[in-house]
Amino acid sequence: MGFWSAVLLPLLLCLLLFIGFFNKSDQLTQLPGIMLWMRFAGAILAVMGSLLLPMLIIFIAYSVNSIEHKADTWKTLFSLPISKLSVYAAKYFYAFFLVFLCLALFVVFTLGFGNLLSVLKPSLKFSEYNIANTLSHLYFKLFLSSLGILSIQFLLSLLFRDFLKPMGIGFICTITGVILASNNWTYAYLFPYSHPMMALKALQQGKEAHQGTMPQMTVDMFTKDTWVSLAVAVAVFIIGYFIVLKKSVK
Amino acid sequence: MVISTEGLTFTFGHQQVVKSLSLNVPEGSIYGFLGPNGAGKTTTIKLLLNLLQMQEGSIRIFDKDLKSNRIEILSQIGSLIEQPAIYAHLSGKENLLNRALLLQVPAQRVDDMLKLVHLTDAAHKKAGQYSLGMKQRLGIALALLSDPKLLILDEPTNGLDPNGIIEVRELLIKLVTQHNKTVFISSHLLAEVERMATHVGIINYGELLFQGSIKDLEGLSQPLVQIETDNTVDAANFLTRNHFNITEVNDHHFFTPYTSKQQMGEINALLNKNGFTIYSINKQQKDLEKLFLDITQTV
Repeated sequence: MGFWSAVLLPLLLCLLLFIGFFNKSDQLTQLPGIMLWMRFAGAILAVMGSLLLPMLIIFIAYSVNSIEHKADTWKTLFSLPISKLSVYAAKYFYAFFLVFLCLALFVVFTLGFGNLLSVLKPSLKFSEYNIANTLSHLYFKLFLSSLGILSIQFLLSLLFRDFLKPMGIGFICTITGVILASNNWTYAYLFPYSHPMMALKALQQGKEAHQGTMPQMTVDMFTKDTWVSLAVAVAVFIIGYFIVLKKSVK
Repeated sequence: MVISTEGLTFTFGHQQVVKSLSLNVPEGSIYGFLGPNGAGKTTTIKLLLNLLQMQEGSIRIFDKDLKSNRIEILSQIGSLIEQPAIYAHLSGKENLLNRALLLQVPAQRVDDMLKLVHLTDAAHKKAGQYSLGMKQRLGIALALLSDPKLLILDEPTNGLDPNGIIEVRELLIKLVTQHNKTVFISSHLLAEVERMATHVGIINYGELLFQGSIKDLEGLSQPLVQIETDNTVDAANFLTRNHFNITEVNDHHFFTPYTSKQQMGEINALLNKNGFTIYSINKQQKDLEKLFLDITQTV
């Protein structure tokens, strides 16, 4: 379930956008290549950064754990001759992999559909600019900045059997995160749920700085917030392990 | 001893669920762990599997301390706790293959296990659609997959039909007698344990009330003389007047504790002489079911 959501979400979103661009291609022919790509990729990024990515992580973290909750297999897993760390880490890294896969597919599909558009509608100047590098950097930054949320949501889903608790906490935190980040609160960088949005802001600031000159987008990979995200991810992962170690399996 | 615990105590909140339990499970035994529902059986089993953190006391399995040899010990235990834990979206065979992968057991063993628990025909059916009995059998197959030396089974015959119960019983007896396994099996049904166990532990309210071989348990039960006459009540009253202790009177029989064959002859003669017609008089072993009730209720 988690796996398919990680594959289908980027596919469907990019496909939808592709159709939209295809139908409106007449109005977009004037745009230079870089702006066209910005519009195309930016439309997805805007939703992703603010709401979709945190929600996707909440869902992936839940689905990886709920499979054991549902089948009541935690007790079996922890009575196998396998160290608790292996069970915990294997689960975590599968969720980690799913988030990575999903974001990687976003890059692939965005580029793929963009190039397909330029083939089908040569009037669109997609080929004028090569965004691949910037886009993959940006998504990688997005991935790094989502790891804090992943660790927290993973632990919540591991501890709580039902969907509502991790979901509810995650949702409230996401909304808070978006508000904090969009209001440029000074300490927003300390709050993991603000990180995906801040990761995107890094790009916008870069863009403004280079205005007027030759349009060039750079991604500042390791900003303060990214470091905080990584630190939270590692810290919560370790705390989670000790909780698992001490926890009684009901 | 395959399992030996000392002073094992476990508390949930304020409630002591397991009280100073000292279990001794000898090698090659089928140890029936008996007790009514809620007596602390599952908690004990979870402690034995290190699923619950030990609070007080010690657990040694295969003569090794459980805490410091967790993985080594667990690699020789197969377990089934409460309802079998099965992935409903996978078929029975996939469930076993998945576990075989985790335990690094050759895939061939999966087919052997399916055959053993008679699930070969249903191997490719989704486990979610299995009947309760089939799930239970799949759970037993999962427990046996790694060919463990010790099997810990929590109420394994729950939900099985009579045929299934007999199959499981025969399988367990076969494992112990032919393959040198040790089986620790919990149940609230004495009759079931009585038929296969070599050793019994009886637990109630977290306390171990009895532990020993099945013969010791039978020894505990005092035999009775069961008498059937043409007039049960009068005969019983008559014997009471003659200083016999009558323990029970019902519509057809009355009972008095058995002491010797001579005593039975005496009763017979006495009743005959005083005009009672005796239909039957025989020695009767108190059945374990009753004994079990006595043990769990008097304390």
